Amino acid sequence: MAVRDRVQSQSQSTTAPTASGRRRINLLPYLFVLPHLIFFAAFLGWPFFYGIFVSLFNYDFSDPTYRPFVGLQNYINLFDSSSLQFADFWRSVVNTGTFIVWSVPPLVIIGLLLAVLLNSKLPGRNIFRAIFFAPWSLSAVVASLLGWWIFQDGGILNQSISGIGLQPNSWLGQMPWPWFAITLTTVWWTVGFNTVIFLAALQDISETLYEAASIDGANRVQQFLGITVPLLRPVIFFIITIQIIASANLFVQPRVITGGGPALQTESLIMRIATESFQFFRMGSGAAMCVMFAIILLILTALNFRLFGRTEQQ
Amino acid sequence: MASIAKPAVQARSGMSNGKLVGRIVLYIVLGLVAIFFLLPLFWMLVTSLKPGDEWLQANWLPKNPTFDNFTRLFNNPSAPMFNWFVNSIIISGIATFLTLTLDALAGYAYSRLNFPGRKILFALMIGTLTLPGIVFLVPNYLTVNTLGWLNTYQGVIAPGLAGVFGVFFLRQFFQSLPKELEEAALIDGGTIWTNFWHIALPLSRPALATLGIITFLASWNDYLWPWLVLNDPTKFTLPVGLASLQGSFTFDYGLIMAGAVIASLPVIILYLLLQRYIIQSVAMTGLKG
Repeated sequence: MAVRDRVQSQSQSTTAPTASGRRRINLLPYLFVLPHLIFFAAFLGWPFFYGIFVSLFNYDFSDPTYRPFVGLQNYINLFDSSSLQFADFWRSVVNTGTFIVWSVPPLVIIGLLLAVLLNSKLPGRNIFRAIFFAPWSLSAVVASLLGWWIFQDGGILNQSISGIGLQPNSWLGQMPWPWFAITLTTVWWTVGFNTVIFLAALQDISETLYEAASIDGANRVQQFLGITVPLLRPVIFFIITIQIIASANLFVQPRVITGGGPALQTESLIMRIATESFQFFRMGSGAAMCVMFAIILLILTALNFRLFGRTEQQ
Repeated sequence: MASIAKPAVQARSGMSNGKLVGRIVLYIVLGLVAIFFLLPLFWMLVTSLKPGDEWLQANWLPKNPTFDNFTRLFNNPSAPMFNWFVNSIIISGIATFLTLTLDALAGYAYSRLNFPGRKILFALMIGTLTLPGIVFLVPNYLTVNTLGWLNTYQGVIAPGLAGVFGVFFLRQFFQSLPKELEEAALIDGGTIWTNFWHIALPLSRPALATLGIITFLASWNDYLWPWLVLNDPTKFTLPVGLASLQGSFTFDYGLIMAGAVIASLPVIILYLLLQRYIIQSVAMTGLKG
C-alpha cells in the first residue's frame, strides 16, 4: 500500500487518498525544489519587479531619507537632450553598438574558419583545438590585462613594429585603434569557444557529401559554400545570436584596456550603468538604464531573427 | 582561404605528393594561428620573470630571470595576493558545490516528480532566460545590501545560485535516463530519496562534472559582481584584486603580470588536466562565458 502510494505520487500526482478519505499533498517534491526556488525567487524573480520599481524613484543610495517617486522621469531623462544622463547614455549605447559591429563578424567568421581547418583527420588536430580554446578558460581581467600590456605605447607590439622599421602607433590613444585593440583581445580570448561549437556541428556533416561533391569536381571553396555553410546555417544563426548578446555585455575589456577612453569613446553601456548606479549612486536612473538595455537587446535579437532566422525556412 | 583550396586542387589531380604539400600548408597555417594564441601567454610569463629595467625591452627571453616580481607581490601589504587566492578558492568552491546540490535536487524534481505548480514554476524559469543579467544588477545589489551581505562571501555567491541553466541542464539529463529503473526500485521498497541518491545521481556523474567545471570556471573568472559587492581589499577575489593592481601599480608591469600568472595558473593547470572534458562541456552546453 505504501509502495503503491509512492509509485502513484511519483508518476501521477502528489495528492493521494488516505484512509480517512482526505487528500494529502505530498510535500517531498517541494523539498527538492525549494532550496533552488528560494534563491531563484530572491535573486531572479523579485529583482525583476524591484528593478522596475526602483527605476520609478529618484533613488539615491547614499541618502536613504530622500527618495521621492518620480514616475517615468528617469526614462524621460534618457530621451531629453538637456538631462544629465542623455549624452553619456547614448554615447555608451553607440559605443556598445560600435563594438558589436567590430567584434561579431570576426568572432563568427574566424571561429568558423578555424573549425573548418580543424575538421580534418590531421594528426595532432586535438592539440591545435586545445591551444585555440585555451584563452577562453582565463578570466576576462587576465585577458584584458594582457591586451592592455601588449597595446601600450611602449608595449611589445610597438616595439616589434619599430623593430622592423615602421612607425609605432598609439593603439590605445587614437580612435579607432582602441576598438581594434579591444576587438583583437576579445577575439583572442573567446573565438575558441565559437570554434568548438562549430567544430561539433561540422563533425555531424556526413563525409559522403564532400566525397560526392569532389567527384563532381567541386573544389574546397565550392564545397565550403555549397555544403558546409548551408548545413551549418542554424548553428551560425545560434552563434551570431549569442555573440551579439555577449558583445552587448561588453564591460571588462574597455574597463581594463582603455578605461573607457580616450575621452569616454570606448565606454560601454554596462560601464555607464555601473558609473551611474555605483559611483554617483543614482540607482533609480541606473535601473532605468538597465531596463532600456534589456529593451534594446530584445530589439537587436528580434532584428537578428528577422535577418537571419527567416532564411532558415527557405 | 587559399590554404584550404590548395589541398583540394592537389587532391583532385590524385597525386599523393600533392596531398602531402596540402598537409604541410595546413600545418603551417595552424602553427601560425597557434603561435598567435600562445604568444600573449608566453609574453605574460616572460614579463613576470623580468627585472624592472627589462620590461620595456622587446627581448623574448629574460636576460636576468628573477622571481622578484612574485616576492614583491606576495610581500605587499596593499595587495594581499594570498588572501585573494584563498577567497577565490573558497567562493568558487562553495558556489560550485551549492550549485550542483541545488540544481540536482531541483532538476530531479522537475524531471521526475509531479506536483502542483510544477509547470508554472518551470515556465517562469524559462522566462528569465530571455532577460539579460544586467537588469538584475541594481536590485540585487540593493537586496544584498539589505541583507547586510556586502563585503561577504555569501553576498558574492548567493545571486549566482538563482541561475536556472544548471536546473535545465540536469533536468534534461535526468529525462534521458530510463524511468523503469527507478520505478522498479520503488516497488522493491525504495523511496524517492533513495532513487535520487542511489540511482539518478550516480548515473549523472558526467553531467554533474560538466556543470561543475563550467560553474567553477565562471565563478573563478567572474569580475563585475564580486567587484561591486567587495570593497575591502582583503576580501577581494583574484580578478577583482588583479584589476585593482592595475590601478595602484600602473607602471609596475612585472608585478601586474606576476599577478596575472598567479591568477591563471590554477585554471591553466585545470585546463591541461581536463582539456578534453572542458571542451566537450562547452560543445555540449553552448554556454558563452
